[in-house]
Amino acid sequence: MSEADKPEGPAAPAAKPGGKVKPPPLSRSKRQELRRKFLRTVLLTGGVLGAGLSGFLPMLYARRQRLRPPGALDEKDFLASCIKCGQCVQVCPVEAIKLADLVDGFGVGVPYIDARDQACDFSCDAVQCVLACPTGSLTYRKPEFFQVRAGAALATKPVLLAKEKDPEPTINLTERMGVARLTRPELCLAIKGKGFKGQARGADFKGRMRYMAVDRWKPIPVAEHPYDVAECDLCVRECPIKGAISIETVYAPDGSQRKSPVVHEPCVGCGVCEMICPTEAASIEIVPREVWRT
Amino acid sequence: MNSILKKRFLEQILVMFGREPKKPEAVSEPAKQIHLLKRTSNKEKLQAAAAHAEAHMSTSHKWRNRRWAVLLAANLLFVVSFYFDIQILEGALTASRFIGFHLIDLNSALQVMLAHKHIITNLLIGTGTVLVLWVLFGGRTFCSWVCPYHLLAEWAEKIHLWLVKKKLVIDQPVDRRLRTVFWIVFALLAFATGYTVYESISPTGIVSRALIYGPGLALLWVLALLVFEVFFVRRAWCRYACPIGLTYGVVGILSPVRIKYTLEGCFHEGNCRKVCLVPHVLDTVIKGRAVHTEVPIGPDCTRCGLCVDVCPTGSLTYDIKGLSKLL
Repeated sequence: MSEADKPEGPAAPAAKPGGKVKPPPLSRSKRQELRRKFLRTVLLTGGVLGAGLSGFLPMLYARRQRLRPPGALDEKDFLASCIKCGQCVQVCPVEAIKLADLVDGFGVGVPYIDARDQACDFSCDAVQCVLACPTGSLTYRKPEFFQVRAGAALATKPVLLAKEKDPEPTINLTERMGVARLTRPELCLAIKGKGFKGQARGADFKGRMRYMAVDRWKPIPVAEHPYDVAECDLCVRECPIKGAISIETVYAPDGSQRKSPVVHEPCVGCGVCEMICPTEAASIEIVPREVWRT
Repeated sequence: MNSILKKRFLEQILVMFGREPKKPEAVSEPAKQIHLLKRTSNKEKLQAAAAHAEAHMSTSHKWRNRRWAVLLAANLLFVVSFYFDIQILEGALTASRFIGFHLIDLNSALQVMLAHKHIITNLLIGTGTVLVLWVLFGGRTFCSWVCPYHLLAEWAEKIHLWLVKKKLVIDQPVDRRLRTVFWIVFALLAFATGYTVYESISPTGIVSRALIYGPGLALLWVLALLVFEVFFVRRAWCRYACPIGLTYGVVGILSPVRIKYTLEGCFHEGNCRKVCLVPHVLDTVIKGRAVHTEVPIGPDCTRCGLCVDVCPTGSLTYDIKGLSKLL
């Protein structure tokens, strides 16, 4: 650096003895160097801030609702409070929770659930992701000043079918993650009156679930549990929450009677019905953050 | 054999037969000169100069190797804890739990508090634990002894310096005040928008999560930073941008662990400043700058020990405030 300090033009005047020491005027090369340094600083500022603004994509994508883990605060508060540590990911027995990547457009490192790939089947029995969360992004019960949207709160604590005979059959979930909706009734095998035989999602499907009939504590791949039913009712059969969904007789617009899955108030939006639905694409889906409407 | 040595040889034979050795009458010119030098110069000085030259020859990597081992061990503990589900160190570097104790990165916690404007007990406990930990070990010690991006940047810096030596790239320094500006900007952004913007681009968080939960596209940003550091600005992120470093640096103001500079014995050759990530903290080693015989290095120091390793005179050492009095 010292080479750059050498003045190019006439030598800087020496400080007058006795008088105030005035800094000598900067040489041309020194001035140029300072200007370059300033420009580089501006460039780095722009680059980092530009990249930082990509962090706002989640706000733009806020309309594109994602299924958040159980007990998540409302989207804005959730994004504000999530520290992106993935402790919720680590405690989930079926690894239903994933962390968002750069292109997912809703926050690098923020957890979400892709129910079609792997639903939250409450294998943990207690919604442990909520317990693991260090910042309160996931919470059993919101603090008072957070408003609970009408229809988001569950009427009663959901009864876990697997724990039905236990002294404490409920799970600590007070708000729903979303609500299941029959989004593609035209595909639904139950409505068509068709049965289903074989693996619900094919032999390659990686998703896991715990089957009470197999082992309540050990989730196994869905592919290892084939079905043979005369009338498809897989969504009802595998729903972990008591009274959340049933097959009912409904009347079609032309007056004819048919069977159809009907979602009820206890639905928490866990996504097991969406994962297990054998049609491609799923006939029944979770609408994230959806509330219960009578 | 010249005449002087011939005479000496005869002398030695006579000594064998019992004659006492005596002072020589004739001495060769080169030998005379060395004798003169030895009479006029200080023996200790000569020894010190020889030892100093030797110290320059032998390069030690003691502290660097220890630091790399600690850094890798800390990050691998996260990885194996999740991979084998042994639950020793759960989470990632932004927030974790060490055998049940909450540990939360100060800067991440700050961003969340500013964005969310609501603080829960666990967050406070975790932040407190980390605060106490790094007040003891010295704030920016986190940077060089734990942060996984630091290690990547350290290697990128090596490539950069090699390219500079080959005159293939020019190091282009940036204004260091930028880091403070970024710290304020990211704090304000979090507060105003209610979103932890910085966490999306924090290479510490991205690399940590990539190690634990598997790589993602976010690593492209980290790669871009490294490329920028290799070809343009030496160690750009750590020096001029990272708000985590500044946050921990402030904590380090009170830390008892530090590098101590001893003025006596220092040759002011500046090798320490050449290897230092934050050479401004070593301004005190410049000839005439030290204000006392022993000066502790400032809080922006990451306590990486590269200067300790490279110093040929042992003028820079690790020091724990108060401990030397106790021992």
